[in-house]
Amino acid sequence: MRIFVNGEARIVEGSPDLASLLQQMEYSGETFAVAVNGDFVPRSEYPRTQIQDGDTLDVVAPVVGG
Amino acid sequence: MLAVSDPLKLYGRAFGSRLLVGTALYPSPAVMREAVRESGAEIITLSLRRQNPQQRQGRMLWDYIRESGCWLLPNTAGCKTPREVITLAEMSREIFQTDWIKLEVIGDDYNLQPDPYGLIEAARELVIRGFKVLPYCTDDLVVCRKLLDAGCEVLMPWGAPIGTGQGLLNKYNLRTLRERLPDTPLIIDAGVGAPSQAAEAMEMGYDAVLLNTAIAKAQDPVQMARAFRLAVQAGREAYRAGLMVKRQTASPSTPTLDMPFWQQVDKTQQD
Repeated sequence: MRIFVNGEARIVEGSPDLASLLQQMEYSGETFAVAVNGDFVPRSEYPRTQIQDGDTLDVVAPVVGG
Repeated sequence: MLAVSDPLKLYGRAFGSRLLVGTALYPSPAVMREAVRESGAEIITLSLRRQNPQQRQGRMLWDYIRESGCWLLPNTAGCKTPREVITLAEMSREIFQTDWIKLEVIGDDYNLQPDPYGLIEAARELVIRGFKVLPYCTDDLVVCRKLLDAGCEVLMPWGAPIGTGQGLLNKYNLRTLRERLPDTPLIIDAGVGAPSQAAEAMEMGYDAVLLNTAIAKAQDPVQMARAFRLAVQAGREAYRAGLMVKRQTASPSTPTLDMPFWQQVDKTQQD
């Protein structure tokens, strides 16, 4: 299936949960947060969040700001 | 520092410094760290952006943040709708482990003017979700009142549009806010370009000043950070001391009594 991660299309095998998908993409540590289709997903919900075809993910991390 | 006798109180927390600074636009991370330290700021702003796993900036910034010991004020910069704001605020709370949020809802791309309607709607929802909201807002009294009604305990009206360095463009409105909301912590946020402008805001009775570009884009950001620290302190001291009342006509400072060369009798009249 095709999903979008930070605006870029990706082909993903099967229908992974969010925890597995993030691991596949090599996100690690606790300095990132995720929204799926524009809605925040708490870290505790990653294993229970099934990724569907066409989903959009935003993965964000701290940056400087004013 | 005025930490002991005159703390800045925001959401029940006391701070010694009345200068809040942003972390963006510095020539290098090292200069940013030194400038923040020299500013004396205890509250710094930062944000969240998309990042892929190969980028390490998030990790590096996080390490600095923990070392700095500063109180974090994540922003929702760039958001244009309450929905975007809510999502980004929730992401911020998870990463930064704080329920404080600098609420920004931009209503115009040209001057980055806050959207008052979006602000109020987003503030209501954030407060319901347990956030301590510090909205970046315009200097409109009615909008500010509605933000207070929504549950905000601190307001951050703009001095001028972000990054312009224009100073306090609408002093009438800013004075009105100070006079009509005497018990609300008010922080001038954005548009301050020079230490004198920060001092002026403090002299008007504003509780603090938040700025970024004026320090980061100075020729010497570290020295400018110090200048702003001193200006904010000076302005606060002046406000507490009580400024003199302006007068239309001159009034001599030096005593006029016993002025030499003065004659009671006009000699020209005697001749």
